[in-house]
Amino acid sequence: MNPTYDFSGQVALVTGASSGMGLATAQAYAESGAAVVLTDVNETALRAATEELSGQGHQVLAVVCDVADESSVAAAVQAGVDAFGRLDHAFNNAGIQVPPCDAADEPAEVFDRVNAINLRGVWACMKHELAQMRTQGSGAIVNNSSLGGLVGLPGRAAYHATKHGVIGLTKSAALEYAPRGVRINAICPGTIATPMVTDMIDKGELDLDIAKANQPINRLGTPEEIAASVLWLTSPGAGFVTGVALPVDGGYTAQ
Amino acid sequence: MTVQFDYTGQVTMVTGASAGMGLAAAQAFARAGAATALVDVNEAAVRAVAEELAADGHQVLALVGDVSDEAQVASVVAEVVAAFGRLDAAFNNAGIMMPPLKTADTDNATFDRIVAVNLAGVWNCLKHEILQMRTQQSGTIVNNSSIAGLKSGTGRSAYTATKHAVVALTKSAALEEGAQGIRVNAVCPGTITTPMVERMVAAGELDTGASAMAAAIPRLGRAEEVADAVLWLCSTSASYVTGVALPVDGGLAAG
Repeated sequence: MNPTYDFSGQVALVTGASSGMGLATAQAYAESGAAVVLTDVNETALRAATEELSGQGHQVLAVVCDVADESSVAAAVQAGVDAFGRLDHAFNNAGIQVPPCDAADEPAEVFDRVNAINLRGVWACMKHELAQMRTQGSGAIVNNSSLGGLVGLPGRAAYHATKHGVIGLTKSAALEYAPRGVRINAICPGTIATPMVTDMIDKGELDLDIAKANQPINRLGTPEEIAASVLWLTSPGAGFVTGVALPVDGGYTAQ
Repeated sequence: MTVQFDYTGQVTMVTGASAGMGLAAAQAFARAGAATALVDVNEAAVRAVAEELAADGHQVLALVGDVSDEAQVASVVAEVVAAFGRLDAAFNNAGIMMPPLKTADTDNATFDRIVAVNLAGVWNCLKHEILQMRTQQSGTIVNNSSIAGLKSGTGRSAYTATKHAVVALTKSAALEEGAQGIRVNAVCPGTITTPMVERMVAAGELDTGASAMAAAIPRLGRAEEVADAVLWLCSTSASYVTGVALPVDGGLAAG
């Protein structure tokens, strides 16, 4: 990675850390020297990911957490602080996709489910991270929105509502916490080669060739490219950057 | 150093490099190991800053050029390539300010001059940088827009128009050249401590106290903080970021 970071002595927390963008970001924070708290709802995958990083010699902690349950989130943040004493970087990445649906047919349970994880889950994580960071007078958070946080797509109203909501949370909290030494930004990934996207392709919900052609750069993004954006945003290099929704999408939303 | 860039073996070019954000970016590129061309309309100033960097052992070239003159821009890019063999990154930073005149009170000469430097100047640079980068099938460009490229205020509407236009040019160029391996982005600085801002203060045209408190991070930005964002956008870590207008503004754009 260029630039390289030295976050020794610092602590990072990543949600949805067992795969995809979350795992790549946890890996990148670990390589920068930070102690990393990995959280995920999938215990087996989480333990596998954490053992892999610890086997590489990194300082890590696995905490099972369901972001849809605020008490689970509070416990996860606290576990990190109990283990490592502080919280400097957080990537609120845990999120789900739901099947495309005519807006007039969407079941309430589907709307509530995607909202509980993608929007309320980010809200809960940010709330408890800020409660810790305001005691320090320092910290930086990145919330994972999406190109769906900036534009619309047919059949995807519920998902895009949650991702637009993440940007609203981000900007308001950023304005509120900037005088207190805490920065909060969002990233808006485009179509990234992750298990969630592979799943959409396998289910016929996403055509890979069309997806590639839709990106001005003509390829999908990689989880490492997302991790690189997150690390920069929480680094001192972005010390005057807050309240921003940064597209990492190969130019998709420039259209 | 917490954030360490490595630009060894790369060739970079900065316009308006004799002061402010351009100088900070040129210094950062040079210190990261790039061969750096410093371009400015002020011959004495650009030679002085280039000599300082050369005395520190960096590989630099001072070039005199007025970005509002396309022939001069073409000649400058040709000289960079003649000296260093290629062009990997460019920061199109040269820009001018105007007094706080309202739309109906702005004279034609002021309007024409600011369009010539801030808009046509960026156009000229983009054109010739892209033509060179196409032969390489690689390269990255950052245009210096402004918070005024995203938001509007009273007074200086001609300036605001040019800065909005820079964002539009940025996005179009990004869409056009993505398949050629060229990324194009913009930075949108807030109120930054530079000689241009100091001149505005001296002329009684800017209250820096009010400007500082208007931002969520309650201080002016530093030229180095904009340079940090430019170096990141030009780095391999931003390989999936193109067509973006990135605020470096302490949160001004979020409200």
